[in-house]
Amino acid sequence: MHLILAIIMGIFVGGSAGYIGSLMITKRMALMGGALGHLTLPGITLAILYNFDVSIGAMLFLLFGITLIWILEQKTKLHIENLTAIVFSVSLSIAFLFLPKEKTSLALIGDISQISLTSTIFTIIIALIIFFTSRKLYSDLILIRISQDIAKSEGIKIRKNNFIYLTCISLMVALGVRIVGGLMTAALVAIPAATSTNLSKNLFQYSYISMAAGSFSCLMGIIAFKFTGIAAGPLIIISSGILFLISLFFRK
Amino acid sequence: MIEKNVLEVKNLNVQFNGEKILQNLTFEVKKGETLVILGPNGAGKTTLLRTLLKLVPYKGSIKWTTKNISYLPPQELFSKKKLPPLNIKDFFEFKKISHQKIIDSLQSVGLDKNIMKKQFGTLSTGEFQRMMIAWSLVNNPDVLLFDEPTTGIDIGGEETIYSLLHKFWQERKLTILLVTHDLNIVWEHSDKVLCLNKKILCTGKPKHILTIKNLQELYGTGIKFYKHKHGGN
Repeated sequence: MHLILAIIMGIFVGGSAGYIGSLMITKRMALMGGALGHLTLPGITLAILYNFDVSIGAMLFLLFGITLIWILEQKTKLHIENLTAIVFSVSLSIAFLFLPKEKTSLALIGDISQISLTSTIFTIIIALIIFFTSRKLYSDLILIRISQDIAKSEGIKIRKNNFIYLTCISLMVALGVRIVGGLMTAALVAIPAATSTNLSKNLFQYSYISMAAGSFSCLMGIIAFKFTGIAAGPLIIISSGILFLISLFFRK
Repeated sequence: MIEKNVLEVKNLNVQFNGEKILQNLTFEVKKGETLVILGPNGAGKTTLLRTLLKLVPYKGSIKWTTKNISYLPPQELFSKKKLPPLNIKDFFEFKKISHQKIIDSLQSVGLDKNIMKKQFGTLSTGEFQRMMIAWSLVNNPDVLLFDEPTTGIDIGGEETIYSLLHKFWQERKLTILLVTHDLNIVWEHSDKVLCLNKKILCTGKPKHILTIKNLQELYGTGIKFYKHKHGGN
């Protein structure tokens, strides 16, 4: 039962990560996904210590971390990448102060062995919200990337779109840490998009191949976990990496 | 027949980091008019177009009588690299229009429908500019703001771009605000000229404005120009 739930969860999380990741690579924000992943670690630590869902702990700390970065940006005018690096490294260090040694791997590379029906349903709902919201924003965000002036003159609200987009990324990271841990969320969003870039000729193919690659990697990783007993997180990322290597032979 | 104003600008001021970029601009543009904004580099021409679209903070008053405005920035301000696989059809679909309308639009600027399969960043400069004209006109705007449309395009290509604009101006009663350095274009296609160097140095019909004295004041000494033989307006 746990395995079936893990597979269902993996397909939804991997799919929405692949889809939103296709936008993140465009905005060179894939590495931001990694930084946000690290930012979740104190939340995961709290969830482990007080025995509640790691995604909820991750979300709470993402919210806190992003607000902190936003306030620091307003006060200091430093680059957001600098501030994110500061906040995520401090978060990581704080997490290690309190994280029990025997739970370290759970926090860093995820754990899908004890997934409940409730958390699966919760994850599916959030993953669908991420997918439909980012699908609605997709063309606007690409147009913003091409020309902010044209986007604004077309009536696109750049600040509002970026805020919604960042919220979706944060939710995605909070879901991703459950299956691949805080260390590898960047790979969960970045590799499927890179695979899809090799295989696509247009935007539709690009976004949906990325989604399919994300889902398929999670499926393969979780099946490999069943047969090897190795943590699913690294296996998912390795599957994703293999898909990317295969895609190099079919570059369009 | 006296046309209504489509744009009224009063006492427009823009400054960045304490530096005055535009000072006390007051002018108006009538419906169906082609206004050419002339001025040396750094005169604030691009800032003026961006301000008219309210893309930058300003003081003063800008009143449009329409919201249906299309803007084409200079080509160098487009990001064409580091994009996902995005073909021309995808780019037109951002406007949520039918397949047939995309084809009609591309054909109206002399592009073959097969260009829809090409990647956004792989068009030549001339193709890109024609495609962008088609894109900006596909929803039938009332006003087109066009900044340095022929930068990087050869002489033949330039003529094509301006002929196209003139064709659309005639067919659709477009109001056009155009930034260019090309004085021939001013003679051939403009109804009104606005000479800008942070403030308005002169404004009016080309035949009254394009004098050696005005151009020397605008661009500095040493400027030569040859009056267009076919006459302006």
